Amino acid sequence: MRPFSYQRATDPDMAVQALGAATAANNPLTQAAAQPLAGGTTLIDLMKLDVMRPAALVDISPLASGWSAIESKADGLRLGALAKMSDVAAHAEIQRNYPVIANSLNLAASAQLRNMATLGGNVMQRTRCSYFRDVSYENCNKRSPGSGCAAMDGVNRMHAVLGTSDQCIAAYPGDFAQALIALDAMVEITGRSGMRTMPFADLHKAPGKTPDIETTLQPGELISAFSIPGRWPRSLYLKARDRQSYEFALSSAAVALDVQDGTIRDARVALGGVATVPWRAREAEMLLKGQKFDDGLAQRVADAAFADAKGRQHNSFKIALGKRVVARALQQAVTMEVRS
Amino acid sequence: MTAAAPEPKANMGHPVPRYDAAAKVTGRATYASDMPLDNPAYAFLVTSAIAKGRIDGFGLDDAKAVRGVIDIVTHENAPKLKESKLFSNGGYAGTTIQPLKSADIAHDGQIIAVVIAETYEAAREAANRVKVSYTAVEPSSSFDSPGTTTAAAKGQNAQFKEDPEAGDFAKAFDQAEVKLTASYATPTQHHNPMELFTTSCAWMGDNLVIYEGSQYVYGLKNGVAEQLGIDADKVRVVNPYVGGGFGSRGSMTPRTAIIAGIAKRLNRPIKLVPTRDQGFTIATYRAETRHEIRLGAGRDGKLMALRHEGAEVSSRPDAYCVGGTKTTTRLYACPNVSSLVSIVRADRNTPGFMRSPPEVPYLFALESAMDELAVKLNMDPVELRRINDTTVEPIGGKPYTSRSLMACFDEAAKTFGWSQRSPQPKSMSDGDWLVGYGCAATCYPTQMAPSAARVRLQRDGRTRVEIAGHEIGTGAYTVIAQTASERLGVPLEKVAVFMGDSDLPPAPVAGGSNSTASTCSAVMMVCDQIRQRLFKAVMPGDSLADKAKETVGISQTPSTQAAKSDRPLDIEKAFDALGVGVVEEYGEWKPEGAPLDSFKAMHSGHARLIGGPEMKDKIAYAFGAEFVEVRVNRFTHEIRCPRLVGAFAAGRIMNPRTARSQLMGGLIWGMSSALLEATEIDERNARYVNDNLADYLVPVNADVPNVEVILLSEQDEQINPAGVKGLGELANVGTNAAICNAIYHATGQRIRKLPVRLENIEV
Repeated sequence: MRPFSYQRATDPDMAVQALGAATAANNPLTQAAAQPLAGGTTLIDLMKLDVMRPAALVDISPLASGWSAIESKADGLRLGALAKMSDVAAHAEIQRNYPVIANSLNLAASAQLRNMATLGGNVMQRTRCSYFRDVSYENCNKRSPGSGCAAMDGVNRMHAVLGTSDQCIAAYPGDFAQALIALDAMVEITGRSGMRTMPFADLHKAPGKTPDIETTLQPGELISAFSIPGRWPRSLYLKARDRQSYEFALSSAAVALDVQDGTIRDARVALGGVATVPWRAREAEMLLKGQKFDDGLAQRVADAAFADAKGRQHNSFKIALGKRVVARALQQAVTMEVRS
Repeated sequence: MTAAAPEPKANMGHPVPRYDAAAKVTGRATYASDMPLDNPAYAFLVTSAIAKGRIDGFGLDDAKAVRGVIDIVTHENAPKLKESKLFSNGGYAGTTIQPLKSADIAHDGQIIAVVIAETYEAAREAANRVKVSYTAVEPSSSFDSPGTTTAAAKGQNAQFKEDPEAGDFAKAFDQAEVKLTASYATPTQHHNPMELFTTSCAWMGDNLVIYEGSQYVYGLKNGVAEQLGIDADKVRVVNPYVGGGFGSRGSMTPRTAIIAGIAKRLNRPIKLVPTRDQGFTIATYRAETRHEIRLGAGRDGKLMALRHEGAEVSSRPDAYCVGGTKTTTRLYACPNVSSLVSIVRADRNTPGFMRSPPEVPYLFALESAMDELAVKLNMDPVELRRINDTTVEPIGGKPYTSRSLMACFDEAAKTFGWSQRSPQPKSMSDGDWLVGYGCAATCYPTQMAPSAARVRLQRDGRTRVEIAGHEIGTGAYTVIAQTASERLGVPLEKVAVFMGDSDLPPAPVAGGSNSTASTCSAVMMVCDQIRQRLFKAVMPGDSLADKAKETVGISQTPSTQAAKSDRPLDIEKAFDALGVGVVEEYGEWKPEGAPLDSFKAMHSGHARLIGGPEMKDKIAYAFGAEFVEVRVNRFTHEIRCPRLVGAFAAGRIMNPRTARSQLMGGLIWGMSSALLEATEIDERNARYVNDNLADYLVPVNADVPNVEVILLSEQDEQINPAGVKGLGELANVGTNAAICNAIYHATGQRIRKLPVRLENIEV
């Protein structure tokens, strides 16, 4: 780890000023000189590995007093960005009205990490690509643009099959973000010029030619909250992984259905473990709308979700796996008991 | 009695709590890197980013500019060290690849520089700023890489003397009614003990103290002395607790002498704490293996022919191999046997011992093949083992000292509910899950080595036992204290045990599951020496005392007849008769059949393990049987193991609590070795990829909800005075085969390559 300055931000203004001042000249954000510190469960790791080398940390945990509320209303849910994963997962109304959110949080990381990590930090967590995390590999377009990609023809079992480019195949590792993107969440962003709101789907950027740019956040901007319109009691998160707990997804699906009288009125499908960013399978979910559910439909949806998938040497299995996970998640969502 | 402390059966000691339990759970137990040093400097390693080639040069300006940096040691300015031979060639080293000797790189992650600074943080930062330019050469990473060389183990590894054989395999296989030929593979694995590979070195004049987690303080002391060119008596290795070893700390790694040399040069204590990922390349590992098994049997299931070919990866300079055919050719009755072990040299660091080094990979192959044969014979796999059970091993015709294999199978089968199994594959399920039951045998050679001990008894019963044994988490303090307590008839709480210090009387390496048998036999003998002195004092005319007198100080099996621990002794009366306050005895014990120079080797840090198949007119193994339930998800193909049941017989069980803990950990380890653990190698550059505990998977609690250990009563008086067969490496053997056998039962799919991952399942 390299030396850094540490500052506690006692209000949002102070935080965004401190971050913005130090990072104005920097691009991309992940390499900015000043980084916000919340739970620290990703950032500190990456600093120890010498992957991230911020000169300044701005501790935003004091903002939790204003930014960690969980507000469930008839027209939707609002989650403060500094709410702890464990608190949100344990919230009774979230378990009842948004099981996909509670599931995705509960199936992530370990109990200790969920107690530390915040929602905002969680969606911003960076890839687990082994080559990205090991600076002794020179070839990483995400770490040093133009240097190549060691994972492309390396050990890439954990890597993405959707949203990849010829520059990067690193998978987005999180779980919660799939729930957010499935439910059309909005993200509230606090910056030096005030607050803006945008769809969560616009937060992450697929690697394309610039895998070093991971989000659309600007220097000095912080996620302050997420809001989810409506209620989705018929929703769940299915996660396939190598061990039973404390492990990233090989493939996961966040699904949410609105079924009335046997007809699917609305359907949401998002994929984890298989894509470079939180992944909404929009075309696939269109197949569900207005339909009666059967296993054949589930299969068609699953096939559509992975229609554009490209496997590499060790991760091709994720395409077949991902399809089965989607189909099974839909079956489970259709049959799950929903308390009205 | 709680589940953690099983009720002792015949020939079992008391399940007393661990001697060091409170110290460990409260953090008072001091591990090597906890030891206080006077004004230490901190070392951080720089390791190579290539596996083969040369260092062209270093850019050190940035690193040297970090405040607090004292020195950066590279091959250009490293302390000169003498070479140490590989342990199997009579040396102490786990590898003969000596870093910092030249610009050459022989494997990924080789130590290429050591940064010394006033703080750990400065050393680490500076290490991150060291720039290295290399000329890389394309390396050979493993079996399938171009450029490897392959040769028979026999003739190049001094400890692998023979490829066992008997009868006429070719003819018998040819004529067999039922035949099986199958190939198996096991992956690279790393020990990943919780304690990192730390080393602290402090000189006081010409005397060196090393604080390092070691499974063999005498070996390390002598090895480092040899490399430094100093008298071994000037070196002391201290580690009262070791945070897990699993074989990784059994032989000397290059780091220790390097740190000692730098500490000497700087005239300052040096503390090295490497990172987790550096641990993957600065110590040893379990190399990947490949196997071909051929079995020929009659329709009645009787084995007529068995051939086991094994191939193992090693480094370019060192012919390390585990050669498990010495066990797999002897496990079952079979008149016609042949075998061959080969070593494949690649550009890798030298592999080394990892818990049950030969048995884990080699029994995976054999016990999988036995299950496949049972399927071919349409026979219950337990019955196939019963038909081929034997009391005499087929290679040399030597009798097993005791063998409870089938008793273990029967006990474990009963507890597991094996009779509930419907034999057809894919015939059992529960909701989304296909259910499979599988089983396998385990065995582990009973080994002993010479050991010394010093015991001091005070008039009030307080007892001090000194022995340079090792507490690697197994319960060594506890069973040694129990042994002294029982033998001297003093309360357990009055016994203090001192271990993990090479200034104490020598004990063997804590490896090969020999520690309890060896150290407890030595402690028993020395306690008997004390008893004999006391007896002599109170009963000078007693013929028993005369007999005792004859044997005092003689290192053969003590005159247990003269000083049975059940013979009451009034200690205070004896002390009064002797007219002393303290009685202290030192003694050296060696196992039956140990050569004449055994004690000399013991003092010079060469552990000579005796036992298993290599005894003169007998063969000694501990046995067990393991049953597992595996569930395979129809949709995700996730593989889970909700139940593990093992029954084990290992001679005298010194402490059912610590024994159960070892065996339970072994079962979990075995499951892990089947389903989770594999070090991934990037074949392009022969580098380890998942070198951290997030990506190198080990089980979490949710993976092992139900683990049951059954301890069978067994008595064996032919092995050692303590009557102990080692069990630390018993339970993690065969589990991998049992899991694959259960996967076959669940899915109808036979998987012969580990680890089994969900993408290997085709339901």
